[in-house]
Amino acid sequence: MRSLSEIETAAKRASRAVGLSWGNSEEVGKSIRQLELFGFQGIKNLNQYYKEKNLKKFENLNLIEKKNEPSSEAFCPIILGVSFLDQIKSIENFETIQFKNIAYPVIFLSFLSRASEICGKKIRAKFDEIEILLNLNVNIYSNSTSQEFPKFANEIEINIVNNQDNFTESDWNSLYKLAEDTFVEESDSLKQGGAGAGLTDND
Amino acid sequence: MNIELRDPNTIMKLSRLGSFHQSKLSFLRSFLSEFKDWDYKRDLFNLDQNGYGEAVYSFKKKNRVYSLVCFANEIKDEERSDRVIATKWDAAFTLHDGIPTKEDIARLKNEVPKQEVGRLSFKELTLSRANKSVRVFNHVVESLSEGKQPDLELLSKVGYLYRTTAVYGSGKFGLADRFRIKNREEINGPFRLEMMLVYLVRQFTFDQVNHVAQHKNPEKAVKLDEQICKNLGIGNSTGLGMAPFIVNHPTLLNNWILSRETALKKIREIKIVENNDSELFIDCVKKSIKNITTWNTDSEYQQNKIRSLLKDVEKFLIYIANDFNFKTEYPFNKMYLWLEQNTCEECIEYIVSIMMEPYNSITEPLVANMSSDEDKYFNIPTNRTVQELKKIIETRYPNILDINFDQKENYQNFWFISKNKEEPRLADRFQEHGAELEQPLAIARDIKKLYEKLLSEKDDTIIAQFLSSNSELRHVVRRAFIIEKFPYSEIQDNTIGKNIVPIDMLRLKLSFFGALKFDPRSDKWLRICMFQGAPLPNELKNYDEQWVYKANN
Repeated sequence: MRSLSEIETAAKRASRAVGLSWGNSEEVGKSIRQLELFGFQGIKNLNQYYKEKNLKKFENLNLIEKKNEPSSEAFCPIILGVSFLDQIKSIENFETIQFKNIAYPVIFLSFLSRASEICGKKIRAKFDEIEILLNLNVNIYSNSTSQEFPKFANEIEINIVNNQDNFTESDWNSLYKLAEDTFVEESDSLKQGGAGAGLTDND
Repeated sequence: MNIELRDPNTIMKLSRLGSFHQSKLSFLRSFLSEFKDWDYKRDLFNLDQNGYGEAVYSFKKKNRVYSLVCFANEIKDEERSDRVIATKWDAAFTLHDGIPTKEDIARLKNEVPKQEVGRLSFKELTLSRANKSVRVFNHVVESLSEGKQPDLELLSKVGYLYRTTAVYGSGKFGLADRFRIKNREEINGPFRLEMMLVYLVRQFTFDQVNHVAQHKNPEKAVKLDEQICKNLGIGNSTGLGMAPFIVNHPTLLNNWILSRETALKKIREIKIVENNDSELFIDCVKKSIKNITTWNTDSEYQQNKIRSLLKDVEKFLIYIANDFNFKTEYPFNKMYLWLEQNTCEECIEYIVSIMMEPYNSITEPLVANMSSDEDKYFNIPTNRTVQELKKIIETRYPNILDINFDQKENYQNFWFISKNKEEPRLADRFQEHGAELEQPLAIARDIKKLYEKLLSEKDDTIIAQFLSSNSELRHVVRRAFIIEKFPYSEIQDNTIGKNIVPIDMLRLKLSFFGALKFDPRSDKWLRICMFQGAPLPNELKNYDEQWVYKANN
């Protein structure tokens, strides 16, 4: 079994070898390491992408808008991923970010996961039929049980989820009421003697 | 009195870093301190009459066990090489997490002797190999088998029976990633498991030499005297492979240096020094002279450094005896200021190391800060502005900005990874091929390039925007934001200039390991000795902490 350290180093060096800058290669190394840690096929997809990259001219997207569409070939998942990571603070307030046609979207996924950690918000992503929840770079949840990720995603929708409760007020109140059963009803004497301070703090 | 930490622009120069010495903060000393109350055991010793076979040594505490698995093999003299391109060694080792099963040992027997081309598993933590100093090993076997102890002069000249030629950890060749074990309290310090491996290997070398001598002449053979064992360490040959490490791990480098600088600052801030402490300090300085006078090297560069070190330490002792009074307030501060004015860099750093000896209360808490969670600082704060980044560079890299990289001599060399064994190397870019595959280790040049580029940008441009059209500078943008928080994270020198002395980079790292007797064999590799004078495993529960200065070497 390859260690994550070996995976990161090999991904970084291979990325440099195909012409990425050292800084971007470092980002790829970190992202592929993270994908493999979460059980996604990072090495396999990166390898295939770099083979295909020689044959097709994937497009770079440097400035992310609400809607983003390549002019002919699919977006490069790495440059798109690095841009997403770099611009997360300025795009986190977009309600929805849409992309058309991303090559090897699982590679882009790793950057989304890291962006989730940077902005401190969960990110929901939809790659055609596959729905994914990126949880602050702690884990990635997907509705797909297949290890295989499609080579291309045509319609991609990203929602940066504002930090909010995952339950209703009524769920909370009901559970809190149960928790209250661990509290002791205070008698007058407990009120006077149970706490350190006096009943008034006037001095 | 508040003493400022020393200026990184002075301390992080290569000539200063290349003058560092071991101290109480060094990893081999903090390893001994951490593991002194663990149970040591030799679990297996299955060697044939020539000393070839397997052995297992362990440290155990409660449910945790670390086991060194050793494989000693016969090799021909012409196969023995300290270079990283070697493929066979006298012995190969791995540190296994737990108690190895028979199946583990069988698996490891097939993989460990192959080293870089073998595959380890997450159950193994470190990997190493070592070669005999054949001259010393054979002499010791001969002497012991004839019932005599070996010639101490020969032993003193070399200092070890074996020298390691590489020690690997942290995920290399399938070894366990650091994250799997990082929460274990006993390894809350860098390179602790590498130090354990080397320490246990040292014991293996004594056991092996005794074993071979015993089989050679069972009637007459005697064991190597324990005091002689104690004065032998483990040698190490180190080449350029180690140099890029300190560039590639900036926050870790910072934490090592910052701990040393913090210790010095706190010692200089001590108003009244107790008698016991001043006596211990002076005793260590005096006894350490023997470490200098027995420091053998053929390197003229190092011989000159040793000569001026000895001269200056003697001058320092005269100053202490005649012109210095420990009863004055803030004596270590006064002493430090004198050192800066009157002695060479090698001597300043030598005495700084010894100043720490009386002060466990200062050094022990710092040891815990010498690791780094590097991933925490990897992301670039891209919402910051060009103006802020420019300011960081001006403040943190002032001397780097003065280097003229249009002059050939300032970019004469380049760092690359050789295809053979994937090791870092340094070459002249005007004489050798391969400069187009240069590694990102020319930090000074690239920082200057970044700064010049920033000058043509608007101040309020955010970094995300800057990076979208300057991705080739991304690696140094990251570093600049790291140095903002970690002032000792960068070497403040040109690592590709004509006059670079790469062994200064090795020396820095090895001093933090706790190595003694740096012996440069060229400007690109050196030999050192580790654990010379250190307590043997059976003495660990109660040992003299200042053993470094008391070896009869």
